[in-house]
Amino acid sequence: MSFFNLIFAPGFFASAPVQTALVIGSAAAIVSALIGVFTVLRGQSFAGHALSDISSAGGSVAFLLGISALWGFLGVAVLAAGALELAGLRRSKERDLVTGIVLGAGLGLTALLLHLDIGTRSSGGAAISVMFGSIFAVPASMIVPMLGVSGLAVLMMGLIYRPLLLTSLDPNLASAQGVRVSSIGLLHLLILSLAVTLSAMTIGAILSTALLIGPAAAAVQIAHRPGRALLLAGLFGLIATWGGVLLAYDSYTWTPGQAWPVSFFITSLVSLIYVAARLWAKRPVARRTAEA
Amino acid sequence: MSTLTETLNVSALSVAFPGRQVLKDVSFSLMPGEVCGLIGSNGSGKTTLLRTILGLQAATSGAVHLNGAVGYVPQKIAFDMDMPLRARDVVGLGLDGNRFGLPLPSLGKRRKVEAMLRAVGAEAFADQRVGDLSGGQQQRVLIAHAMIRRPRLLLLDEPLANLDVRAVADIVGLLHRFARDEGVTVLVSAHDMNPLLGVMDRIVYLAQGRAATGKTEEVVRTEVLSRLYGHHIDVIRVHGRVLVIAAGAADEIPIAIEKHPVHVCEIP
Ligand SMILES: Nc1ncnc2c1ncn2[C@@H]1O[C@H](COP(=O)(O)OP(=O)(O)O)[C@@H](O)[C@H]1O
Ligand SMILES: [Mg+2]
Repeated sequence: MSFFNLIFAPGFFASAPVQTALVIGSAAAIVSALIGVFTVLRGQSFAGHALSDISSAGGSVAFLLGISALWGFLGVAVLAAGALELAGLRRSKERDLVTGIVLGAGLGLTALLLHLDIGTRSSGGAAISVMFGSIFAVPASMIVPMLGVSGLAVLMMGLIYRPLLLTSLDPNLASAQGVRVSSIGLLHLLILSLAVTLSAMTIGAILSTALLIGPAAAAVQIAHRPGRALLLAGLFGLIATWGGVLLAYDSYTWTPGQAWPVSFFITSLVSLIYVAARLWAKRPVARRTAEA
Repeated sequence: MSTLTETLNVSALSVAFPGRQVLKDVSFSLMPGEVCGLIGSNGSGKTTLLRTILGLQAATSGAVHLNGAVGYVPQKIAFDMDMPLRARDVVGLGLDGNRFGLPLPSLGKRRKVEAMLRAVGAEAFADQRVGDLSGGQQQRVLIAHAMIRRPRLLLLDEPLANLDVRAVADIVGLLHRFARDEGVTVLVSAHDMNPLLGVMDRIVYLAQGRAATGKTEEVVRTEVLSRLYGHHIDVIRVHGRVLVIAAGAADEIPIAIEKHPVHVCEIP
């Protein structure tokens, strides 16, 4: 076996499921990493995590209705984002409490729906697929709608890039400059729910938060300017996703007949990248330098 | 006095929050190039007054008239250590942070940012992350952020809080220069007026929701402040500092006051 074959198990590039996985995985990774930078800076990681988990209810509904999970994830994530914004809470403690409660309710609903799924369609795979993803099972016909959702998310981000950055820096500075801080907050949550939807399709509802937070958190450790932070986050997300798809494919040859889950590899790589970034960044401890 | 040349006119302004009247009938006006101290203890309404002038807080009655653009430095911004923004990025956002769409590289913008960084003495740390800067350095960056659109009025909310003595003097000097050299009207809030005494043309002294306004010597007097607080206040001038001291137990003093003991000067 050549070295090349050791890395890329035979048939990797020719496999149609792999090609689809790489396309939608890349789109999900990039969109999640980009919006994730703002989510991390705004200290809304918990809201991102909650939206991911809650979207599982949508995935389960879709299973029950026999439509693509994409629409289920999308519908529920957008609704949940709206609900969180409607609560309109300014104090972060209150916000976390309400987020936690909405999260609990959403997951409870998922429990019921998955139970019904299993009962009616005797598909025990539903739970695994909704929660932990099934990137190799996504039909090629989903490529276009998923790229459409990605395009929409990137377009919205480009549109509100500067006000979003300013608001994330400090809402008071932003509102003094005439930025409508609450509208920007709502748009941020909407883009977040698009990203969560894409990632849920890729690595599952429960794990999609990994692609959202990990690459972004690693990038802001290293980059000193916003454009580079976005670039780096996208790159990290891509590396984790491509690496994960490759390793999962290769794992067929490790334990013959049974591949390991892609989600396991992607989330592991994300964690490794974050740790590496922390070590790399290790900025000097004496940060508050003396007055110049 | 011609009202046409005033940068800011606040007339009979009242502001209330549910169940609490914060400002009652506050009036004053500021001319170009004036430095005005907005002095009052914690909770006296300084932030509320500045936010009302900016239009971020609704008044219950009264009016605010502005002549020209306004720059604003909010109270205590704690920049996140992880914020991937250099000092120059923050200053740049002061110019176009409210615009939609992606920023295109622009030579004009770069020059403006560079000039502003120079004006506040921030060139040396322009490429550092804002979260890594000292308190005084961050204030300079925020002042540059507020000044880059060349406002006629600059509002600053407690910019001297938590700075060391040297940084306080630097920031006060910087504000004085903007006022003197460029005719910018500066309204700066503080709970201690002493660092501003050398540059303050006027004072708006807040207590019990009301304001005493005028030249510093006219306002910071025993009779005026006693009337404002509603009980006896002593104003003591010592070693070029002003101490405002209320009679009564220390913990019921409505302090806008020097909290530290005065050091006796050593005689050589
Ligand atoms: N949004 C608000 N809602 C209710 N009360 C407020 C609000 N903002 C300020 N206050 C109250 O108004 C008073 C003045 O506050 P503030 O203007 O922040 O004072 P200062 O800046 O002088 O410390 C305080 O008693 C404060 O509790
Ligand atoms: Mg205040």
